[in-house]
Amino acid sequence: MCRDCGCSLGPAATRAPLAAPTGVAGKVETIEVITAILGENDRVAAHNREHFDQYGVLAINLMSSPGSGKTALLEATIRALGGRLKVAVIEGDLATENDAERIRACGVPAVQISTGNACHLDATMVHDAVHDVPLAGLDILFIENVGNLVCPASFDLGQHRNVTLLSVPEGDDKPAKYPVMFRAADLSLVTKTDLLPFITEFSLERARASLRQVGFGGESIELTSRGGDGFDAWLAWLDREVAAQRERTRRGETARPQIQPEGATLHAAGHRPVR
Amino acid sequence: MHELAVCQALIEQVERVARQNEARRVVSIVITVGPLSGVEPQLLEHAYPIAAAGTVAEHASLVVETVPVRVRCRSCGAETDVQPNRIVCGSCGDWQVDVTGGEEMLLRRVEIETDAAAVH
Repeated sequence: MCRDCGCSLGPAATRAPLAAPTGVAGKVETIEVITAILGENDRVAAHNREHFDQYGVLAINLMSSPGSGKTALLEATIRALGGRLKVAVIEGDLATENDAERIRACGVPAVQISTGNACHLDATMVHDAVHDVPLAGLDILFIENVGNLVCPASFDLGQHRNVTLLSVPEGDDKPAKYPVMFRAADLSLVTKTDLLPFITEFSLERARASLRQVGFGGESIELTSRGGDGFDAWLAWLDREVAAQRERTRRGETARPQIQPEGATLHAAGHRPVR
Repeated sequence: MHELAVCQALIEQVERVARQNEARRVVSIVITVGPLSGVEPQLLEHAYPIAAAGTVAEHASLVVETVPVRVRCRSCGAETDVQPNRIVCGSCGDWQVDVTGGEEMLLRRVEIETDAAAVH
């Protein structure tokens, strides 16, 4: 805030205190803290993770821009699984129940979180929603985050894995433009590959290079939700992750996404070993 | 624009520190933010007065220390500062690197004023 007129220009750090407190001057002391700013969110996220692990449920956080095909991917996945794995979905949007209704139409329980004007889900929102999700007997809980390539990356929700989607119409340089988001992924999906013949500007090669340059070290699958080899690879990835989660549950272990928002690592998930 | 949510979380942390130390007001707050945390220092500074209004930290100054993205190369061992969207070794160009800095979103220090009487 500007020190002259109070407008929002200029760094806040340089402004003088707006009003000095009245009364006798007290003693000023400095407290060294070193704690994660989002420590409270991380604590709730760890608690969510304990809920999921208690039931042996694999929690996957889906992140992407709006319109990159998160809900379509879930619809196709639920249909393809045909009940082989039990799935539930938490949907995050600013408004409407549209996405939850689409998921319910596939015969799967879905809880809609309407964030109002919030640009991301946080651990508390997910915690509130989780109480409406029947976790018993569930294999996978998908958390479809608010469509946004910036904010969701900073908040741990208690998920075990992060999956980001990059759709062909968005352009192959999206990772370079939004490095924090794409780096946070355990699995990167390039979606809508059926549009590749029409959107010739998109190069899978450049998309892969762009992912690598932001430090993404996970697996990458190129697919269309209409089916095909890539889609089968996605289903195989889910199978492997579900099996891994069952094994961890059996051993009393848990997992966190490969890249954690700062601080989450300072707040270890309870007493359980992390793989 | 999740910086307001981050500032609100920051204020909660600061209020806790102030309570524990019986502060009557907070003088300054020092935080460290790296480019890979996903928050923008300038937006934090703009959101801060809104989050701090009406709290013990209302008149505190916020000092945002920024740190660069730093990587250590697994191949040549060099430690270099890099851009957030070019996380490769600054020395040999290898992409197999470990990020050693730049993810920070930490509350470092809180300067508080306590009642002079309470000290003795």
